[in-house]
Amino acid sequence: MPIPGRGRELLRQMLLIRRFEEKAAEMYTQGRIEGFLHLAIGEEAIAVGLMEALTPEDNVVSTYREHGHALARGMSPGVAMAELYGKAAGCSRGRGGSMHLFDAARRFFGGHAIVGSHLPTAVGLALAAKQLGEPRVTACIFGDGAVAEGEFHEALNLASLWRLPVLFVCENNLYAMGTHLSRHQAEPDIAAKAVAYRMEAAVVDGMDVLAVETAARRAVEAIRAGAGPVLLEARTYRFRAHSMYDAELYRPKQEVEEWKQRDPIALFTARLREDGQLTADGLAEVEAAVNAEVAAAVAFAESAPWEPVEDLLKDVHTPVTP
Amino acid sequence: MADFLMPKFGGDMAAGTLVAWRKRPGDALKRGDILAEVETDKGTIDVEVFTAGVLEEQLAKPGDRVAVGAPMARIREAGEPVAATTTPAPVPMPQPQLTPAAPVVPAPAVPAAEALERLRVSPSARQRARELGVDLTRVQGTGRGGAITREDIERAAATPPPAPADRAARMRASIAAAMSKSKREIPHYYLATTIDLHTATAWLAERNQTRPVEDRLLVGVLFVKAVALALKRVPELNALWAEGKAVPSADVHVGVAVALRGGGLIAPALRHADQRGLDELMRDFRDLVQRTRTGGLRASELTDPTVTVTSLGDQGVEVVYGIVNPPQTAIVGFGKVVERPWVVDGQVVARPVVTATLSADHRVTDGHRGGVFLAAVDRLLQEPDKL
Amino acid sequence: MKTTYREAVRAGLRDALQGDPRVVLMGEDVGRYGGAFACSRGLLDEFGPDRVRDTPLSESGFVGAGIGAALGGLRPIVEVMTVNFSLLAIDQIVNNAALLRHMSGGQFSVPLVVRMATGAGRRVAAQHSHSLEGWYAHVPGLTVLAPATVTDARYMLGSALREPDPVLIFEHMMLYPVEDELEPATQPFDIRRAVVRRAGKDVTLVTHGGSLRKALDAATRLAGDGIDAEVIDLRSLRPLDMATVLASVAKTHRAVVIDEGWRTCGLAAEVAARIAEDGFYDLDAPVARVCSAEVPVPYARHLEDAALPRVETIVATAREVLGHG
Repeated sequence: MPIPGRGRELLRQMLLIRRFEEKAAEMYTQGRIEGFLHLAIGEEAIAVGLMEALTPEDNVVSTYREHGHALARGMSPGVAMAELYGKAAGCSRGRGGSMHLFDAARRFFGGHAIVGSHLPTAVGLALAAKQLGEPRVTACIFGDGAVAEGEFHEALNLASLWRLPVLFVCENNLYAMGTHLSRHQAEPDIAAKAVAYRMEAAVVDGMDVLAVETAARRAVEAIRAGAGPVLLEARTYRFRAHSMYDAELYRPKQEVEEWKQRDPIALFTARLREDGQLTADGLAEVEAAVNAEVAAAVAFAESAPWEPVEDLLKDVHTPVTP
Repeated sequence: MADFLMPKFGGDMAAGTLVAWRKRPGDALKRGDILAEVETDKGTIDVEVFTAGVLEEQLAKPGDRVAVGAPMARIREAGEPVAATTTPAPVPMPQPQLTPAAPVVPAPAVPAAEALERLRVSPSARQRARELGVDLTRVQGTGRGGAITREDIERAAATPPPAPADRAARMRASIAAAMSKSKREIPHYYLATTIDLHTATAWLAERNQTRPVEDRLLVGVLFVKAVALALKRVPELNALWAEGKAVPSADVHVGVAVALRGGGLIAPALRHADQRGLDELMRDFRDLVQRTRTGGLRASELTDPTVTVTSLGDQGVEVVYGIVNPPQTAIVGFGKVVERPWVVDGQVVARPVVTATLSADHRVTDGHRGGVFLAAVDRLLQEPDKL
Repeated sequence: MKTTYREAVRAGLRDALQGDPRVVLMGEDVGRYGGAFACSRGLLDEFGPDRVRDTPLSESGFVGAGIGAALGGLRPIVEVMTVNFSLLAIDQIVNNAALLRHMSGGQFSVPLVVRMATGAGRRVAAQHSHSLEGWYAHVPGLTVLAPATVTDARYMLGSALREPDPVLIFEHMMLYPVEDELEPATQPFDIRRAVVRRAGKDVTLVTHGGSLRKALDAATRLAGDGIDAEVIDLRSLRPLDMATVLASVAKTHRAVVIDEGWRTCGLAAEVAARIAEDGFYDLDAPVARVCSAEVPVPYARHLEDAALPRVETIVATAREVLGHG
């Protein structure tokens, strides 16, 4: 950790995601947020570590469990929360909701709800970058479930065939909704699948934010240097259910408790404390600042107006100025 | 103190069944603690609390089904609750107004000549027009863009030709309706009594001797006054039937039935007949008859009567049982005054008598009261000078 | 100047690649093979492998890549060999291309053009003979075009590439070898108007794509019977130019819609519904439809012919609608 204070910043970002997600769960149970809500609690280290390795010029495409990715990418928590509420001040004007956070200014291309469907989109973004001579890397985040979709195979094949600058990041949390990896993959070693595409791959501990950052930086450097796409398998675990309405019948509570011992925030906090990078007061400050930010986000979302119904038919097509 | 509500975990969750409490009253709670286990369609889900505090009260017991949003516990919150968690009322969601249908493509510019030739008529309407023999070009369309609808055709067909002013026919129809309704709805009972008129007729003869013809009293006016006064003693027969019950009338307005030349019957009111003198009544009666025959009656005169008196004496009919004229509840009939044998003090003598009848609404009165009424009429006619 | 439909498509592709360095043609066998229907012969040699890209058989993958490329600043023309194979990519088209603008609250546009061959008539049997443009015309966010003439094949692509939102172009496979007069392009080349291909006053025949020629043939035969048919080429299936159709029906009072898709829940049903909604009082007879029979397209020639809309059927239907039985 060469830069003093950077550790504290990484922790703050992870805590922001954690508290944001907890608050989102709370507001969902109160009916302020509707539809589907997929929480990234336990997976914060991947979002934060990955985004540290990317520049604002790079592209990010993600799944429906993308709140952490969007926040780590720099989306305002208030704008994100407003989108979850469905308000017009939300990043997607309330049209998308939890699964469809988009941010053009931050090159955050969603927020996708069809598993695996966005992998080809990431390949296309990389194609455009390469064709236009832009040094952008496209980070494509997906879960272990997406590995089963044909799009995973097609996208990795095409990216490798055309040597496109894509960083495929698999957040392997062991479960595709309620199905364990071993029950849906004949070959559960996800990183090993890259061999089939002559693609570089690496496995990283998804609960260690510094490890994720290091692995991501290494991969991004290689990609920018023209080495072609890379598959990064980040092994992690979601501490909450797949979505709000899930009784978790498919995994033992003991397993959850075991993984909670490797809470990325707890681990990193302990490390920072050990290294003298963070005092108890410092931690309290960070917590207070994050709590205030989340509270402000909720206040913003609560008071934000709804889009008028008269505007229902907007944004189906791009307005064309004659 | 705040209610803890059953949370909603999913879009189609309407309620949860409490499986077990994980905290007891008095337990301290911190944010993230599991308060209870709740059974849903998807299985048992842990319910967490989002505030720090103390569990005061459990509002449900295991096995209870609690609707989403219903209180399941009461929690005494510690310190200030985290800002903006529960208090602000949500900004109300705009109600979708009826979105206007996609704009109708504006009617293309059809050449004017063709527009005139081509009527906007649906096939259904055309068919109906054929059936009813309606000329489409004479029909005013009320459909979209002036289109002629089936209803327009039917309306055009139903407009009757200007009816000849057939008052008699209209009146007949009107009487028919009223009488039919009366017979349908009013359970009639009928009473009759024969009244000795020798005192009354003698009094009348003496009274009329000294008067010009136009001022002479007819026996009928005695009948009207007697009925009016008798009704003060049996006011139920002076009631009007309204909304399922009889409403007694404060006033006695006697409708006198007048036959019309050319057919038909009308019974305009002699108002406050109980309060007016015989001469006055006679004058009004003559006036009514005249105006009845010339069509100069006021509407109120037709609606005012609280009872009707009908007489067919001058037709030679001895007994007339009338049909109650709704909303009245009684009709009194008088026949012809005739000479009949009468027993007085054990001797048979010839007396002028008249048969008075009462047809009355049995919903309002029964025979006893009717009898009392007729007896009163009889008594009153024995003292004509008091009428 | 006479040219074939195929040549017109190729010229359009060439114009596009030449006119804008952001244009990339990608699809199966568009490069070395020269295009499954020979629409891109020579383009790889002329523009190189970065501009004309052969893709693996990964419809979902390369249509999705086209979407990403459009998001990333290119102007991709993705060729899906036929509409039959587009079903493998229908998720990309319907769930991504069509929706991204709306789901993102207007932040992103997807200026993607997808060209597909469509239709039947070559005895290639059920899985290769669909006409599913009606399915795509159902989806808000998409523009769906059906060039039926050599001129449209030539110039529609250029206009489509200028659209900021996804455009699907359906080329009926029976049209590729058809030769016809190429008209000069109008500037700008309109892609939203339906066009009256044959003026008439007795009955309106509405159609698109590969069925246009059948409708025109039918009109010729009807003329022999003294029936003057007006033939309208829809050209755009979404949005539909109903103003042109309704103006025609206001004149003729009778309409027959011809569509090679199956009758049930097809595109012809949409056109018929709109005529009924907005042209009801102009009609002297119910709107009639001539569509494919409710059977997967058979291989045997006589059966395939019987399954698809035929000139004879169009003629008979028009006569029926006129009460000539």
